[in-house]
Amino acid sequence: MQRREFLKVSALFGASGVMPGLLGGCSPPPLPGTGEVRTSPTVCNICFWQCAATLYRENGKPWKVVGNPADPHCNGRLCTRGTGGIASYSDPDRLKRPLIRIRQGNTQSFKPVSWDKAFAYIAGKMQTIAEHHGRDRIALFSHGDGGRHFQRMLQAFGSHAYAHPSFAQCRGPREMAFNLTFGEGVGSPDRTDMANSRCIVLIGSHIGENLHNGQVQTLTQALERGATLITVDPRFSVPASKSRYWLPIKPGTDIALLLAWMNVLINEELYDKDYVAGYCSGFEQLAAQVQPYNPEWAYLETGLEAAQIRATAHAMAAAAPAILVHPGRHVTWYGDDTQRCRAIAILNALLGSWGRPGGFYAQEKVALPGFPAPEPPRPEQDWKAEVQARFPLVSTGISNVMIDASAGPDAFFKGWFVYATNLTTTVPAVREQLERAAQSLELVVVVDTMPAEITGYADVVLPECTYLERYDDLRNKAERTPTLALRMPAFAPKYDSKPAWWIAKGLAEKLGLGDYFPWQDYREVLDWQLEQVGSSLAEIEQTGVKSFPRKTPVYFTAGEPIKFNTPSGKIELYSQTLADTGHDPLPRYAAPQRPPAGYFHLNYGRAAAHTFGRTINNPLLFELMPENTVWVHPAAAARFGVANGEYVRLENPAGVQSNRIRVRVTQRIRPDSVFLVHGFGHKEPRLRLAQGAGADDAGLMHNVKIDPIMGGTGMRASFVTLVRGEA
Amino acid sequence: MITYAMVIDTRTCIGCGDCVVACKNENKIPAGLNRDWVVETTRGEYPHLSTEFRSERCNHCAHATCVTSCPTGASHYWKNTNIVLVAAEKCTGCKACIAACPYDARLIMHPAGYIDKCTFCHHRVDQGLDPACVSSCPTHCMHFGVLNDADSPISRLLRTRDYKALLTETGNQPNVYYLL
Amino acid sequence: MVEEVLVTARFNPKVDPSLSIWSWEIAVYLFLGGLTAGIMCFAAWALLAEKDKELPFAHDRFALWAPIVLSVGMTTLFLDLEHKLHVFRFYTSFQPTSPMSWGAWILVLVYPLMALQVLSTLRRGYPLFAGWLERIPSGAELLDVCERLGRPIAWWVLPLGIGLGIYTGVLLSALSARPFWNSGVLGPLFLVSGLSTAAALAIIGARQAGEKHFFARADLTLIAVELILIALFLINLGTGAEQQLAAVHMVMGGAYTMPFWMWFVLPGLLIPLVLETFALRGIRGFALIAPLLVLYGGFMLRYLTVELGQLSSWTDYGIQFDPQLLLRLE
Repeated sequence: MQRREFLKVSALFGASGVMPGLLGGCSPPPLPGTGEVRTSPTVCNICFWQCAATLYRENGKPWKVVGNPADPHCNGRLCTRGTGGIASYSDPDRLKRPLIRIRQGNTQSFKPVSWDKAFAYIAGKMQTIAEHHGRDRIALFSHGDGGRHFQRMLQAFGSHAYAHPSFAQCRGPREMAFNLTFGEGVGSPDRTDMANSRCIVLIGSHIGENLHNGQVQTLTQALERGATLITVDPRFSVPASKSRYWLPIKPGTDIALLLAWMNVLINEELYDKDYVAGYCSGFEQLAAQVQPYNPEWAYLETGLEAAQIRATAHAMAAAAPAILVHPGRHVTWYGDDTQRCRAIAILNALLGSWGRPGGFYAQEKVALPGFPAPEPPRPEQDWKAEVQARFPLVSTGISNVMIDASAGPDAFFKGWFVYATNLTTTVPAVREQLERAAQSLELVVVVDTMPAEITGYADVVLPECTYLERYDDLRNKAERTPTLALRMPAFAPKYDSKPAWWIAKGLAEKLGLGDYFPWQDYREVLDWQLEQVGSSLAEIEQTGVKSFPRKTPVYFTAGEPIKFNTPSGKIELYSQTLADTGHDPLPRYAAPQRPPAGYFHLNYGRAAAHTFGRTINNPLLFELMPENTVWVHPAAAARFGVANGEYVRLENPAGVQSNRIRVRVTQRIRPDSVFLVHGFGHKEPRLRLAQGAGADDAGLMHNVKIDPIMGGTGMRASFVTLVRGEA
Repeated sequence: MITYAMVIDTRTCIGCGDCVVACKNENKIPAGLNRDWVVETTRGEYPHLSTEFRSERCNHCAHATCVTSCPTGASHYWKNTNIVLVAAEKCTGCKACIAACPYDARLIMHPAGYIDKCTFCHHRVDQGLDPACVSSCPTHCMHFGVLNDADSPISRLLRTRDYKALLTETGNQPNVYYLL
Repeated sequence: MVEEVLVTARFNPKVDPSLSIWSWEIAVYLFLGGLTAGIMCFAAWALLAEKDKELPFAHDRFALWAPIVLSVGMTTLFLDLEHKLHVFRFYTSFQPTSPMSWGAWILVLVYPLMALQVLSTLRRGYPLFAGWLERIPSGAELLDVCERLGRPIAWWVLPLGIGLGIYTGVLLSALSARPFWNSGVLGPLFLVSGLSTAAALAIIGARQAGEKHFFARADLTLIAVELILIALFLINLGTGAEQQLAAVHMVMGGAYTMPFWMWFVLPGLLIPLVLETFALRGIRGFALIAPLLVLYGGFMLRYLTVELGQLSSWTDYGIQFDPQLLLRLE
């Protein structure tokens, strides 16, 4: 057959378009980037590192999102989830329209309504609550910057109670502990100076699977410069695989190890004497406290060889002051978490790392004035006194306590706003309470981009547009280099979704509180704020970020006296505040519960592909990791007769079973423990990719330990066994 | 002849898969198909373990068996380089190249039917940029450049560090190197 | 202890978890290609050895079966292509390093030669068709020329047939990335199998008892040679490098031991060997079974070889996630 003839035939097909299916591939698609390409700055919202990024569109369609090279949060590279974040724009399962729960006879369903109707309904219910119970009876649960708009609206209304679950379910203990010790918390971005560390100690923290960008990048820089990494973890995590020392500690015994390290540093006089003498108080009491806790004793509790405990203590001392005992991030584990974080803080103080290069630096944010607006009225009573009086040291809301205070007819809270947090899996073992609260609450409003399980309890569901479709507050965090970052929309909001500022303002106006939102479009706010610091919205729309020179020193100046923000003005190794509130002023060790025969320690953690449960339905990230697996040691697998790739269910001692989960038989886990990545096992059928894939750990937690100091939920004290026979 | 190579540091690779997602975005790969992937190799017995992470893709071999096995010339070297591309309009979908690749790096493009694989982002290389995967890596463990330029950063890395390539015993002469 | 797993889910269709790019279409093509080669060779040899009286079927009629069988094979080959509209690209270039390119062009040469071979004995084998052809202008002349040139045509057909038979094996053995195929014995093995299946077909097609006997004896010899070649093939892999040892283990103790020996060697080679021995000793009753089993065996050889080669590889990454979940993305 002549070549020219055949071409004619294919041209015929092309002309008539007869068989479009076969036609696909007659000519390959054009190379990427050859169409019309436009870029705009944004700030990634997949996790809370909030990296500035550039969104690329080609021919009007989303193409890719790439880190902004000028942003110190990411240095031009987004993490796995950030790169995949672009798919959240086109996720077909997104919330699209405001929904109101309607009851028809015995059935309940969601009915799409207009925004106006939704606002009217919510405002009506809020007024009713105010009339019958009081204006301060509405609680806000928020996990994201947009929550601030709802906080303002609710404060204007008279409700000041809010909780970020990231306190009681995540980093609360370390903020509390470091505040008690140093007078300041760790903050976010965490004030860890890892790029300059000569030695880094990770207690359970799995940076590298936990992908806070700056943490990963600075840890990598430390490794490249030959820093010694010490990882304490019952699992051979990613950082464990890069560590000189991996300490496979028995779960729940970290305080024993920390005390033993203090014992070695003090008794062998390896601690920083000048630093302790100059800045710290309570050393004598500390030294006395740790005497019984020597490495030989610690071996019996932790399973770690005494020689290894000594060797690692020596390595830490040798690197001091460029040593960082990492405070971790998600630290709500066993209920004694504030005390464990206190031990970490004390250890850092002994080594002299706080305020020194390679340890902890001082944070600074841009002095960015707030847009002039009326102050909300002062609350009549302190809701905390009503709701969480037994945690007097806590100045923010404790989400699990507030949930308890919402359940039952005599509950304090009568209404909820839930912004961007799926309480059902965020707070452990909470389903029963949620059910009770759902019966007694008079109003539940959920604002989110995706239909998570919590929307099932809502009276009203409000669709927020994704970060790719909106302006938000300028990112301004207390960090190393004060930097502002702009989030601006690359696309118009899809469907009938709206930005949080629009929703909060609309609701406020319906409530007659529009004066508290004295602007029409949030761009006005951003432009005004930027002008106060010598910039403009137009300028930052070009660059995406703007950094400012620091006004305060990054580290302590040697020899200069420092007044710490503690009652004594010193770094408090011994905490009088704790003593005064009836808690141990120095950490001490109590052996954890052992798992019953046939049960494992239930450990959970992060994977690089996902952020909590919020990305499981993201098509790009689902494709990377569509389900979680339960890691089981080969000896344990043999005992239970489970094979790699087999599906089992996890069951806790109360008989609660998880969804089916795939077994991964691996050497990388202690024989007495199992591990799974948190965030899977979604039940919500509207999450068509995520539903039913993998298993949820939060529902298995039968043994949630409440931290007596800050009220957080310790989630790693639960046990599970494996149940075979799943198809 | 310009030989492009990729050098990946296994000491700092955390196996996060950012490279995989970046490739999908940049090259608009349809759902369910992957031009690159991440492998984890663990050796030893608890608690004496070592784990290595590797980002893998087509190795753009100097003696690519996929090029020699292709009956139509669709699988070919780009310009005067070692970058192996598939000219989709010449591809019949016979899949000899898939069978010929010891790395299983090639895939069938869906729904069209021609063969596809990593291109070292030659459209970016043409503009002096690194491939999308290299540019996205948050630990900066991936490097790309000209192998037969003794002063290039990758050449210097290979001179100063121990390294390996995958399945060199096949004789394909792969051009993705892993620093040890 | 080594645990090697994919961290990111990878499930490229037909590539993961192991290659399944070639299935029954290729097995059928290789089988029919070998059969075609055998038919061509026997027909050509019968003519060159002037066996028109002893082997009338082979001499006069067998040749026509070749293009028919081959065309069915080419059809399944076409069905296997993923980018079918571009099939013409096989013929817009020649890639000397690619056995498939060689094969594509050999097939082009084979058709005209097969046609000539058929025409050279058409009047004797298929007088009806010859009659039709003679009614066409120059048809009779064409037949005259082909009959006169019968011997030179056969001399060309013979090597081309052998080449076709061997090429079907080289197609696979040249792919060093698939350890199970990477043996030089594969080419001759497929040729001998092709000849054997052609002999079996001739037993079925021939009407004379003498011709049937001849091909039964020929087939017996060919099966014996085939068994030796299979043994050599397994020894070749079994004394090879790590990947080859793993490959041969599939049929020597591994998961495919049963299919290989019970579903191929026994019914496809050993039983017909025994049956044809009986038949030659005059024991009746097995007339059709043996050649049918040989044909079945020829197909099973190709089918199992195609399957097993794709299961053998240089890499073996465990998967962590259920590939079925990725179907949700559609």
